[in-house]
Amino acid sequence: MFLINCPFCGEREQSEFKAGGEAHIVRPKQPTELSDDEWAEYLFMRKNIKGIQFERWNHVHGCRKWFNMVRDTSNDQIKAVYKMGEKPPVK
Amino acid sequence: MKNKYSIFSLIKNAFSYHENWEKAWKDPEPKKEYDAIIVGGGGHGLATAYYLAKKHNMKNIAVVEKGWIGGGNTGRNTTIIRSNYLWDASAGLYDHALKIWEDLSQELNYNVMFSQRGVMNLAHNLQDVRDLKRRTHANRLNGIDAVYLNTEEVKKFCPIINTSQDIRYPVLGGTLQRRAGTARHDAVAWGYARGADEMGVDIIQNCEVKGIKRNGDTVEGIETTKGFIKTKKIGVVAAGHSSVIANMAGLKLPLESKPLQALVSEPVKPIIDTVVMSNAVHAYVSQSDKGELVIGAGTDDYVSYSQKGSHDIVEGTLNAILELYPIFSRMRMLRQWGGIVDICPDASPIISKTSIKGLYFNCGWGTGGFKATPGSGDLFAHTIANDEPHKLNAAFNINRFVSGDLVDEHGAAAVAH
Repeated sequence: MFLINCPFCGEREQSEFKAGGEAHIVRPKQPTELSDDEWAEYLFMRKNIKGIQFERWNHVHGCRKWFNMVRDTSNDQIKAVYKMGEKPPVK
Repeated sequence: MKNKYSIFSLIKNAFSYHENWEKAWKDPEPKKEYDAIIVGGGGHGLATAYYLAKKHNMKNIAVVEKGWIGGGNTGRNTTIIRSNYLWDASAGLYDHALKIWEDLSQELNYNVMFSQRGVMNLAHNLQDVRDLKRRTHANRLNGIDAVYLNTEEVKKFCPIINTSQDIRYPVLGGTLQRRAGTARHDAVAWGYARGADEMGVDIIQNCEVKGIKRNGDTVEGIETTKGFIKTKKIGVVAAGHSSVIANMAGLKLPLESKPLQALVSEPVKPIIDTVVMSNAVHAYVSQSDKGELVIGAGTDDYVSYSQKGSHDIVEGTLNAILELYPIFSRMRMLRQWGGIVDICPDASPIISKTSIKGLYFNCGWGTGGFKATPGSGDLFAHTIANDEPHKLNAAFNINRFVSGDLVDEHGAAAVAH
């Protein structure tokens, strides 16, 4: 359990949020052109990183807005929080 | 040849104050080369090594483990064993394991304390009732014992369940698999380790894999904290850390690693002589031979390798437990812990070859791998030895995420995922 600094509401308990998985997976521009391998990559394959991970979260019991987070998955420390559409912070 | 454990060896060793028992397994340094290396010394990994040596005559093999054997999820689970899965492929896989469980203590000469005390799954709403009835029929068609119980029969089988209709999620019925039950998880790892060691398998503890050496599309060996070890076949059974190992070989897996929590209470006299699981309210409970209630909670929804879960998950589970079993309201919890489980998108495991020759993965068991330990080891050993899957694990290949032929057990297995 940890606290999350929602970019819209401020610091709240993690139980108010829903994790949305790995961030910055780009939806295919031409879905009809995709091979089965590319679909598998887009739909199922995940980096599942032990360490610094970029991910999406939703403040589901709050403002209900989506945002991005940088978190160290080995110890759950949050490194940065940024809004959807913003560029991920470097370092 | 190891000395057989028996009443006579117990008496004999009593005369020397139990100070002269032989070691159950050696503590060898790694050789330069093995015919196969198993990465991960949990139950599945040790079982794989055991069956490789026993059924496929591969004696020059090693199990490398970064900590101590059985120290990961093998020693952290709630020890439930059952095979009442919906789909044919899963039923085949898990019932194969259950059949091995039935004779395992005899085979290993090691008491794994397998107890067929039955597993009951409860229904709390109409959809649950329909799903559980459907699963009961599917189980029977696959030759797996299953019966559907109405509320009175549930109450008769486990009298401490609150079956009154005025609770938030009343018990509308349930299923029962009588052949299902529990086993002692540590003993499973130790029994397989002892058996594998006897056949010449090197069990190398405190040896973390740091890299996988490849020559093009073929594996050449592993880099470890105890140096480079050459091999042509690597079987990875690393549970929550499967993606980390896959990454070393340049592979991506369809897995997410999440904390799964469990907790045990203070020990009390026998009160519940079966395993009761409830999918809808997410509570499952059994009682260990020491008398502790063993309670399984859920997974957190975020990726984490921290081996600690969120408090609200435990709180939710205990709320459900207290509503179903008001008798436990004054119990005190003794210990709580989290293990990292690797979950596939279809909640079914992967026991498969990969695109890299000589690299095999056994992963994705998610929240319910313990029950499959003997079957998983047997089938993974077959896959490694023959470079081809056994017919029972053919459906659990990694390619199903490309073909779309998923084994979708999310919810279908009546397990609280």
